[in-house]
Amino acid sequence: MKKNRSTASGFRAFFSVIWRNPLSRIGFLILLAFILMAVLGPFFIPTLKSNYAARLAPPSAEHWLGTDMAGKDILLQLILGSRDVLLVAAYAASFAIMFACVVGIVSGLQGGAVDEALMLFTNVILTTPSFPMTMILSMVIRTSNPLAFGLLLSLWSWAGLAKAIRSQVLSLKHREFIEASRIMGISKVNIILYDVLPNIVSYIAVNFISIMKNSITASVGLMVLGLVPFKGNHWGVMINVAISQTGALLGSGSVTYFLAPVVCLMLFQLGSYFFATGLDEALNPRLRS
Amino acid sequence: MKKLFMTLVTVFFAMVVMFLVIQYMPGDPVETLAAEISRTENLEINLATQKAISILNYDPNVPTMERLFKYIGGILRGNLGESLVYRKPVVTLVLGALPWTLLVLTISLSLSFTVGVLMGIFIAWKRSRWLNSLLTLWQSVFGSIPDYIIAYLLVFLFAVSLGWLPSRGPYSATVTPGPNWPFISNVIKHAILPVMAYFLTTVASWTIGMRANALSVLGEDYVAYAQARGLSQKRILISYVGRNSILPMITSLAVAFGFMFGGSPLIENLFLYPGVGYYLNNALSRRDYPLMQGMYFIMIVVVVLSGFLAEKIYAVLNPRLRER
Repeated sequence: MKKNRSTASGFRAFFSVIWRNPLSRIGFLILLAFILMAVLGPFFIPTLKSNYAARLAPPSAEHWLGTDMAGKDILLQLILGSRDVLLVAAYAASFAIMFACVVGIVSGLQGGAVDEALMLFTNVILTTPSFPMTMILSMVIRTSNPLAFGLLLSLWSWAGLAKAIRSQVLSLKHREFIEASRIMGISKVNIILYDVLPNIVSYIAVNFISIMKNSITASVGLMVLGLVPFKGNHWGVMINVAISQTGALLGSGSVTYFLAPVVCLMLFQLGSYFFATGLDEALNPRLRS
Repeated sequence: MKKLFMTLVTVFFAMVVMFLVIQYMPGDPVETLAAEISRTENLEINLATQKAISILNYDPNVPTMERLFKYIGGILRGNLGESLVYRKPVVTLVLGALPWTLLVLTISLSLSFTVGVLMGIFIAWKRSRWLNSLLTLWQSVFGSIPDYIIAYLLVFLFAVSLGWLPSRGPYSATVTPGPNWPFISNVIKHAILPVMAYFLTTVASWTIGMRANALSVLGEDYVAYAQARGLSQKRILISYVGRNSILPMITSLAVAFGFMFGGSPLIENLFLYPGVGYYLNNALSRRDYPLMQGMYFIMIVVVVLSGFLAEKIYAVLNPRLRER
């Protein structure tokens, strides 16, 4: 009971800090709008039907953003696509955080040869350019669903965070409270769960947002290059089709088909960036004024 | 020494990953290629398989470990195989592609580094609120659009709508390659849009990094002392603040270069610019394994070398690291 109340007040404190910072308030609202769009949108939108009589129509009262080359409404496609965009990115960020936490915490706490080996591996991953590697890996990992796609994107994006977590752990390792837990004979797992993780959670949250941001860029990039046989709606697919099949950039009537996902992409990235500016302060009680 | 070891491990690791990718690629590449060879060249399937094995430098009938060693041995001897699509040795294609990528990347990197560093120190020095918010605005807009999207918008604006600049290829078909002025100016003209795409998206992060460094150096006692001694502003700005705050930026150069190199498949694909990224993407979409290996391999090597180079520059510029 007491624990519940403390979580609730924690949430309230969190949101009040986010709300007080004008930038992160804007970011929060943008992200909220996208999340609502992704979660609720598909419930209200019927399966889109092709209507070849109304191909590549300019914006009108019926189709607010016009139609694509099969006569489907662009705005509705955009809303349907947001779910997969966010899912892929969220999976990618979750996997990457998981890898980074395991590598970083084990490396930092264990030290010695384990640390050396893990850090060598991490450095190698960090040096090899990640986007080309993801391109190549996309040939081996079949990315037909969001989960597999997220995994693919995460494989080469955890290394920087792992190094940062390791150095955080190293600086925590010899603080009194962890020494105390160790002397009291508390198991390593419990030390990690209750002493180490709470101290790096704000750091992880900020990185979750930035990895998500980068994975969206990478996922759309892979789709623009036509390397991912992704089934379903995704802004990347829209951009790819707009460029490669409708000549959106050569001045045809389908400019909105290209610009709509681009603007959404930009807004989402902007929202993440703004939100992240206040996140550290909101999650770290010591930084609150 | 440790750095050299790291480099070797990285290159080795990259080779192993490439090897494994080919190993686990859906569909046997040798079989696919052999079928294609026997169809196009009218060879018996056995002969075609032999040829496919030699082209791919990959023999499915020997044990994995032995295959790995043979594969690495081939690379060390400079045998990157033959491209399936272009029917040329991969080494030739790599050497032809690398200069174009390096041209665009070095121009963009040095431009955005120089402009960013100068702007950063200027903004820190002036402490202008107006410039600060302009910088934040710039970074939030250009930092949130991926560079390839910026590139599309640039093409749309400057090539399609205004028709000022060419957007395709490294130079026009009308000029003859060589050290003559029409050719050089043509190449520069074709490089403007790709360079702009990189420049616009990276310049703000250099500015922000430099501003932060310069602000912290400006707070140091030795700067206050220099001011108290009545040294000229120019001298303080260049030899005290500039030199000290630029040092940490040098280490980021290699990382930025690697990052831009990694983004080259998208940019070069858009501009049909025949660099490493363009060929890598072509190789992937046409399942040209030897070409893919070669292009990825050169990418790793160049990125690793750039790390080396940045370290050397850092050592030259940082008097504390000089050997006595």
